[in-house]
Amino acid sequence: MKKRKERIDRGIKVRSSDIFALLSWREMLYLAAPRLLPVVGCLVLPLILGAYWQKVLLSVAVFALLAISWDILAQTGMVSLGQALFFGVGAYCSGVMNHYWGLNPLITIPVAAVMGGLICTLLLLPVLRLRGIYFSMVTLIIPLVLVRIIEATRIFGGTEGLSGMTPLPSKWIELYLVMAVLLTALFGFRRMMDSDYGLVLKGINDNDRSVISAGINIYWFKAQSLFIAGAIGSFCGAFMTHVYMFVGMPVFALDYSILPIAAAVVGGPGTLAGATLGAFILVPMSEALRGFGGLRIVLYGVFLVVFIVVLPEGIFHFIQRKYHQFERWVEVEK
Amino acid sequence: MLIGTTLYALINAAILALMAIGFNLTFGISGVANFAYGAFYVLSAYGIWGMLNLLHFHYLIAVIIAVFANVILGALIYRFVLLRVRGQALSEVIATFGIGLAILELFSYFGWVGFEYNLPVFLDRSFIIAGTYVDFQRIAIVGFSAILIFGLWWFAHHTATGLAFRGIAQDERTALTFGIDSDWIATLSVSFGAGLAAVAALFIIPLGSISPGEGYDVLIRALAVCIIGGLGSTGGVIAASFIVGFAERFTDTYIGSHWTMIVSLAAILLVLTVKPSGLFGKQKELEERI
Amino acid sequence: MTAAPILTVAGLSKNFGGVRALKQVSFNLMPGELLGVIGPNGSGKTTLVNLITRFVKPTSGTVSFKGEKISHLPPHKIVRLGIARTFQMVKPFYQLPAYKNMIIPLYSPRMKQLAGGSYGDRNAMALDLLEEVGFERDAFVAYKVAGALPQGYLKRLELAKSIALQPDLFILDELFSGLSLAEVASIVPIIEKIRMAGKTIIMIEHRLKELFRIADRIIVMNYGEKIADGLAEAVMENETVKSAYLGTEAD
Repeated sequence: MKKRKERIDRGIKVRSSDIFALLSWREMLYLAAPRLLPVVGCLVLPLILGAYWQKVLLSVAVFALLAISWDILAQTGMVSLGQALFFGVGAYCSGVMNHYWGLNPLITIPVAAVMGGLICTLLLLPVLRLRGIYFSMVTLIIPLVLVRIIEATRIFGGTEGLSGMTPLPSKWIELYLVMAVLLTALFGFRRMMDSDYGLVLKGINDNDRSVISAGINIYWFKAQSLFIAGAIGSFCGAFMTHVYMFVGMPVFALDYSILPIAAAVVGGPGTLAGATLGAFILVPMSEALRGFGGLRIVLYGVFLVVFIVVLPEGIFHFIQRKYHQFERWVEVEK
Repeated sequence: MLIGTTLYALINAAILALMAIGFNLTFGISGVANFAYGAFYVLSAYGIWGMLNLLHFHYLIAVIIAVFANVILGALIYRFVLLRVRGQALSEVIATFGIGLAILELFSYFGWVGFEYNLPVFLDRSFIIAGTYVDFQRIAIVGFSAILIFGLWWFAHHTATGLAFRGIAQDERTALTFGIDSDWIATLSVSFGAGLAAVAALFIIPLGSISPGEGYDVLIRALAVCIIGGLGSTGGVIAASFIVGFAERFTDTYIGSHWTMIVSLAAILLVLTVKPSGLFGKQKELEERI
Repeated sequence: MTAAPILTVAGLSKNFGGVRALKQVSFNLMPGELLGVIGPNGSGKTTLVNLITRFVKPTSGTVSFKGEKISHLPPHKIVRLGIARTFQMVKPFYQLPAYKNMIIPLYSPRMKQLAGGSYGDRNAMALDLLEEVGFERDAFVAYKVAGALPQGYLKRLELAKSIALQPDLFILDELFSGLSLAEVASIVPIIEKIRMAGKTIIMIEHRLKELFRIADRIIVMNYGEKIADGLAEAVMENETVKSAYLGTEAD
């Protein structure tokens, strides 16, 4: 008796792929659960975790945001190998504003986010007209070079960096601020990418000739996407400056560039939820491996390669598929 | 001082060109992204060191093994990783970068840094040229660089395999219809590039010592040279090496050694703003690009 | 009273490295004309389109639209002036439904320009436009994923994308290629409808019989040069054209 695997969509999915007619509480729960879970999780976790893991949660949120930023760019067809650029520029912006002008973190962080976004967009503007690969190369190089420049010219504190930043009022504010931003970014930008605007961005990735022939200036849209991603990344940097109360050359470290990519690739590129999921998996894992020191990055690298080759769709898509479909063995009819 | 600086600038240009050539071959000429290039460079260096100091092989044997090992590694990387993501240029970059990262950070973790980790020079002699001391190693680099560049140019333009390399970068489908096995050619290209990285390491590392950080440095410089000169153009590699090499050296002598990196960055940004495809780059127009 | 030409191409040439893809091509196009451009493969027809729409920069020569030079403008600006083109190889977003494929043209600043400041309901407009090109509304064809549609529908989708932009000049690159006779017969009325609305059309085609039925005028290209320009019957009698298509007798 031969058997074959049959894959069936769940009832609710069969009716239509994007319009749901809800007929029962159970169906509503089925749809709401995946969305409520992260929200509830993000809001409740800070309360139940101990101090050490709270710091980890902070890291998770920041890397999730960096991964979201990476994913937005990737969906527009730009693969950034230097998220650290956004992070570092934002960190220095808020650090400088706080150190030299004494501005309050609640002002420096948003201002640094916007300023960082602008600076990075302007820096990368020339490369937008070229093949995507140039973008990747330049984003890879710039943070590495900026580090050496800071080291050489000793500006903004040089190798010692700037310390003694004003911290945020309390650790609860820290945690909930970043959680709020994460949730807003996740759901907000998800909505944006699903909207017609997002369609244009994805169109640029898929077939930019077609988008141009619709009379749309693709470079303007690419710049917008870059600004959004840059601002998110800069927010992360600015935020962490006030958490660590320090900014220095390490803000351009490779970690900040690599982990977001790994998170997005592992979690599922092409969806912001996947990027977030990836961060929630990789960051705690890397914390657990802290004892291994530099070996962490080795593992990210290996993870990256394995996932991109073996499971390019990422974990999120895999789970999503399973949630909406189920498989069973049936007899092969003669 | 001027002559001395000029001489060393020339040497610097040769070093840059030597570093960039393997990368240019794989990426610029054949269109296959291998961002593990820096890692290959360092890997072969450690390999030779290990064979010389731990296994006590004869120098020539160690070198030959190292170059061949790199060539084979390049082929393996192609077969097992790049093949699966071929065509999606950006996945290629991520995947190879991941590998390079893993390798370099592994060495970092082992902590094999220090003066004892170095490779021997070819001939421990110095010469006086135009009133300045120049050691033999550096002269060898300049000479070899010139030969290699000429060889690469001749290869890419006058041999069937070289033309095949360029063919798969321009239009893979058409190349296939000509009977060019694009996968085999791409494998060759990655392998040759990796092999060249080993050769570059063998010439350049003796000037200093081996460290994982070198891997990133090499990648940055190769990228910088390729961006400024324009991907795929041998003339571009030469021009960019000269420009950057001279700029760095003169900045170092007359302004201050810390400013050399700024000069490199400024050069990249300047070129990108004025002629984004690089000095000699043949950036395809919109219609051809797609 | 002679009306001014809507499109003037003067001495347009393009070299790709050593290849001279287009050599000194010149012609005028009057408003409302349907011009057919034919010629053997590689004769420069698509290059001509790319130069007019500025996807490729001309080596020399000028293009003027409604009296204004456009050869220096970037392609997206040219679209906003009122020229729309289709592509030979249709490449829609295969995983998206047909009507979603229409969203990008409807998001164009040209739509905002035409509607006087706002975009309107893109989904509704998409469905209407698709119905105009023959996507049967009651069969909900517009909701089907583009990857599941046959070539005839995809070509019509491509056409609808250009109709959406409400251009004054349509440039259709091999619209009929890959279609059966029945499919061509179903598209021709749509083109007729566009003509009735007073639009100017350039059609690059290989399907001569179908083209000659609707074209006012024919231009023949060969090796990058214009070798004939006139009415269909006259052009086909031309000796140069015959030898270009059929070759000359062996001696």
